Amino acid sequence: MTDTIFALATGSLGCGVAVVRVSGPKASLIADRYCGGHVTPRQALYRSVSDPRDGTIIDQGLVLYFPGPNSFTGENCLEFQLHGSRAVVARLFQALSAEDGCRMAEPGEFIRRAFENGKLPLTSVEGIGDLIDARTESQRRQALSQAGGHLADRANDWRETLLDAFSLLEAEIDFADEGEAPSDVLPQVRLILADLLTDLQSALADADRGERIRSGFRVALAGPPNAGKSSLMNALVRRDVAIVSEYAGTTRDVIEVEFDLGGFSVLVSDTAGLRETDDPIEMIGIERTEREIKKADLVLWLNDVRSAGSDRDLGQSDSLRVATKMDLAEALPDWADVGLSVVSGEGINQLLALLEDRASRALSGEPPLVTNLRQRACVTSAARHLQSAMSHDGHGIELIADDLRRVSAELEALMGRIGTEDILGAIFSRFCMGK
Amino acid sequence: MNLAFDVIVIGGGHAGCEAAAAAARTGARTALVTQSANTIGVMSCNPAIGGLGKGHLVREIDALDGLMGRMADEAGIQFRMLNRSKGAAVRGPRTQADRKLYRLAMQAELRDYPNLTIVEAEALELLADQGQVTGLVTSVGRFVSGSIVITTGTFLRGMIHIGDERIAAGRFGDKPSNSLSDSLLKHGFDLGRLKTGTPARLDGRTINWSILDEQQADSEPEPFSYLSAGIKQRQVSCFITRTTLAGHRIIQDNLHRAAIHSGAITGRGPRYCPSIEDKIARFADRDSHQVFLEPEGLDDPTIYPNGISSSLPTDVQAAFIRTMPGLENVEIFRTGYAIEYDFLDPRGLKTSLETKHVAGLFLAGQINGSTGYEEAGAQGLVAGLNAARRACGKDAVTFGRDNSYIGVMIDDLVTRGVSEPYRMFTSRAEYRLSLRADNADQRLTPLGIQAGCVGFVRQSQFERKIERINSAVTRLQNIMMTPKEAGELGFSVNQDGVRRSAYELLAYPDIDFLRMADARPELKDIDRKTAEQIEIEAKYAVYLERQAADISAARRDEALAIPSDFDFLTVAGLSNEIKARLSAIQPETLGQASRVEGVTPAAVTLLAVMLRRHQKSLRMAKA
Ligand SMILES: Cc1cc2nc3c(=O)[nH]c(=O)nc-3n(C[C@H](O)[C@H](O)[C@H](O)COP(=O)(O)OP(=O)(O)OC[C@H]3O[C@@H](n4cnc5c(N)ncnc54)[C@H](O)[C@@H]3O)c2cc1C
Ligand SMILES: Nc1nc2c(ncn2[C@@H]2O[C@H](COP(=O)(O)OP(=O)(O)OP(=O)(O)O)[C@@H](O)[C@H]2O)c(=O)[nH]1
Ligand SMILES: [Mg+2]
Repeated sequence: MTDTIFALATGSLGCGVAVVRVSGPKASLIADRYCGGHVTPRQALYRSVSDPRDGTIIDQGLVLYFPGPNSFTGENCLEFQLHGSRAVVARLFQALSAEDGCRMAEPGEFIRRAFENGKLPLTSVEGIGDLIDARTESQRRQALSQAGGHLADRANDWRETLLDAFSLLEAEIDFADEGEAPSDVLPQVRLILADLLTDLQSALADADRGERIRSGFRVALAGPPNAGKSSLMNALVRRDVAIVSEYAGTTRDVIEVEFDLGGFSVLVSDTAGLRETDDPIEMIGIERTEREIKKADLVLWLNDVRSAGSDRDLGQSDSLRVATKMDLAEALPDWADVGLSVVSGEGINQLLALLEDRASRALSGEPPLVTNLRQRACVTSAARHLQSAMSHDGHGIELIADDLRRVSAELEALMGRIGTEDILGAIFSRFCMGK
Repeated sequence: MNLAFDVIVIGGGHAGCEAAAAAARTGARTALVTQSANTIGVMSCNPAIGGLGKGHLVREIDALDGLMGRMADEAGIQFRMLNRSKGAAVRGPRTQADRKLYRLAMQAELRDYPNLTIVEAEALELLADQGQVTGLVTSVGRFVSGSIVITTGTFLRGMIHIGDERIAAGRFGDKPSNSLSDSLLKHGFDLGRLKTGTPARLDGRTINWSILDEQQADSEPEPFSYLSAGIKQRQVSCFITRTTLAGHRIIQDNLHRAAIHSGAITGRGPRYCPSIEDKIARFADRDSHQVFLEPEGLDDPTIYPNGISSSLPTDVQAAFIRTMPGLENVEIFRTGYAIEYDFLDPRGLKTSLETKHVAGLFLAGQINGSTGYEEAGAQGLVAGLNAARRACGKDAVTFGRDNSYIGVMIDDLVTRGVSEPYRMFTSRAEYRLSLRADNADQRLTPLGIQAGCVGFVRQSQFERKIERINSAVTRLQNIMMTPKEAGELGFSVNQDGVRRSAYELLAYPDIDFLRMADARPELKDIDRKTAEQIEIEAKYAVYLERQAADISAARRDEALAIPSDFDFLTVAGLSNEIKARLSAIQPETLGQASRVEGVTPAAVTLLAVMLRRHQKSLRMAKA
């Protein structure tokens, strides 16, 4: 028999209300025994909650009971809304722990049960995971929308669209002899598929943003040794994370730090200074710098204000040329876009404002649909099979169907399943089949 | 009479005939117990064999040396390859069959079938001891056998409905089987109710054919059986008429008098074969439905109006029928009716079609919730084969979703059960491109040879065919061409310098075998059938490879066997609902478990872990 689990669903105690959630086969029994008589399902009831063993009244509050499978976890679920007191919750837990087959939930166990019982699509589980990990406002918004079924809802729409196309194709294939089946469905199918493909592609176009909101906007600090990269890093994150010294070649490895900039997660990385070198360790560091530059959404290319600047092809990366140590010079040289000094502090706030602007341009807007690599992989292969489906003509109608099966398998993988019965069901509800 | 048999088959319908023949071919001394030898091979409903999905099944039955394909070739009077203009995987052979010729061909075939005795009797009571079949009580006496196949079709507590009239019958003119139903109940089986229907039969001599559209047979009819040389019977046409608004009105005004709508019938009917009153109620916006007028035989004036099965009272049916063009003055031989009958939940079966509940008892055909001759025949063959193997102590032979429509059907039935009569469609097969009507023998005959149900004639004929194909493929593979050479022969290929074989070139959409043989005349001696087969494989090559990869991935799951005593209740983390569903069905493999309704992907993963652990601990216990 499955264990019945319980846990505090609200945050820290010593607050207004504490919600204790119970899920599992025994939840119905507990509802009736702890709450002074029968608890009507799906109604908020104000009751005294007591320990049935010794009759002690633990607290008074709202109790809510949802019988499975129509509940959050798909099992019997009971919710106590009590006073947010440490002592109250501890007493309730003590009583519940003494019940046979009843124990504290492990982290994430409610959600896991909900998923296992088919109550939540995988994308929502991922969203909930992201929400728990969210550190910035944009991450929170995105995770919440994913948990709320943003992508799952769209994927459901896509599956329905696919089902439309499928039922047309399969009706033409399987009911060719029954007279009443539609014939030459291809033009109609193509229209449906073209729309679907546009949808998938626009979701993918936005996928970068989704992944970036989760992982952070990447800013790489690069430039020749001693340009002041590590100094700037420490100034930006307001902590002493990187070693600063007058020796050229101090930083050898990439140091990455995340910080919150106006509600966006920004990942800055300090890198090894770029120069010709024979030192094998420094060479490895430089290689890593090059990789970091490629990954970055924005490269800050640093040079000492007194130098002649240095030009470098940064490939596709967006970049800003920064003159450092402005306290040692009069004016901003021509080669620089911005100037700053960690000693005088000038230019730092402007740089932060600039970064925030870039990050917000890259990350804000409606939360994107696709927010992680797994989701992106599913949607990408779905789009690929869809393109293949659209490449056949009427002689390959069974090949179109085969490709669409793969599209649907990818969407299934994304969140749930779709069976032949669904297709036949759609056919029968739309067309009059059968001689 | 010898009163003990290795295998007893009850019922002489389509499932029973194949079951009896398969058991006998496999070497078991077999009895076919059926009420009357004269009704062996009777088609209860439409006079046709094959179709999409169904035609595939017939080819598979034939590949396993079954009867249906050869009988249809004997009796077929309108052969048509459905979906001829579409790809090979979705082409389905079909024929109208002369009802009388089909029945007589089947009776002649079984009369002299080696190892087979036909017993005219009604089966009354099944005997079992400690969960194992021991014999059968019939109207002519008792028989002893440890392997029994029941194929009683629509006969178990059959009840015909025509308006508010009810007639206890197995089908029109035949008595129902009530005592066998009672006996099954006593053995602890749950019986459910399903229904199906049949249209009225018309006198073709009173139809105005001249105003109707004609549908002819194919000019080059293609037989079902790999053994048949050609078609025997004269080919005839079907005709097409339509329902009219006037007719729809008659039905609407009388809907309450239909047995289906008055609530007299509790069993579910098939969605794909709705009665005319159903069609009109559900698709009220349609102002007309097609009706095919199909001849029932060459020397029989009876016409089967396909598409208007009905349980309305006789007078309503007659009035309605006469509103259709061409049928204004038609005489009606027999009224249409709906029939309700008992079936057994097929989830109580193993994939061998043996019941889980009583060892040695096999079920096949309509009794398992399916509908259709082909579905019945295919199940019959599997049940007969396995009943015979059981009788001689051999393991069951099972079929998979990846090698046959038979496997798809049985898996669907035993894992998902039925909520309406089950019919085959090509869309049920996820590996449709691999499971074609043209390659049924290549997929199944070797398996049949191994299982012991394929006779010598077919085996040697099959081996010769494979030799022909292999040698032709080798020859094609040995003809290598540069793109330039191919271009000179008129084939447009990439001028990339890569040499390609003639076989590879066949995969190009615009290169077929005929063009190839025109360019390379030495290929002209490859016969048409062989060439066709090679061409199909070449055209599908990319997709077939992809499916093969899917199949081998699926086999890994499929291969993870679940011990028959595995206790799903002990798997922590599975919801009670899923546990209950799995325990009820006791799937035999992880793959099957994953297809059980309501089983989530997460549950499958969990189960996989448990099973692997279980296997490991068994291995350790052995060591
Ligand atoms: C009215 C009607 C309408 C149908 N409509 C359709 C349709 O539209 N489409 C379609 O695909 N299929 C249709 N069918 C179904 C088709 O006829 C069956 O699916 C098919 O015949 C089933 O084959 P079977 O071998 O299982 O049973 P059947 O062909 O019914 O054969 C049963 C056999 O068992 C014998 N039998 C029964 N009880 C006993 C006993 N106690 N002892 C000995 N012998 C017994 C009978 O004599 C008979 O020979 C219809 C059937 C009926 C009756
Ligand atoms: N006056 C002044 N000195 C600075 C400023 N920023 C950095 N420096 C000095 O410049 C030197 C190099 O600074 P780092 O930050 O270590 O330079 P880096 O680019 O990280 O150097 P490497 O790690 O060797 O590549 C140190 O001595 C710093 O104190 C600044 O704004 N003004
Ligand atoms: Mg440094």
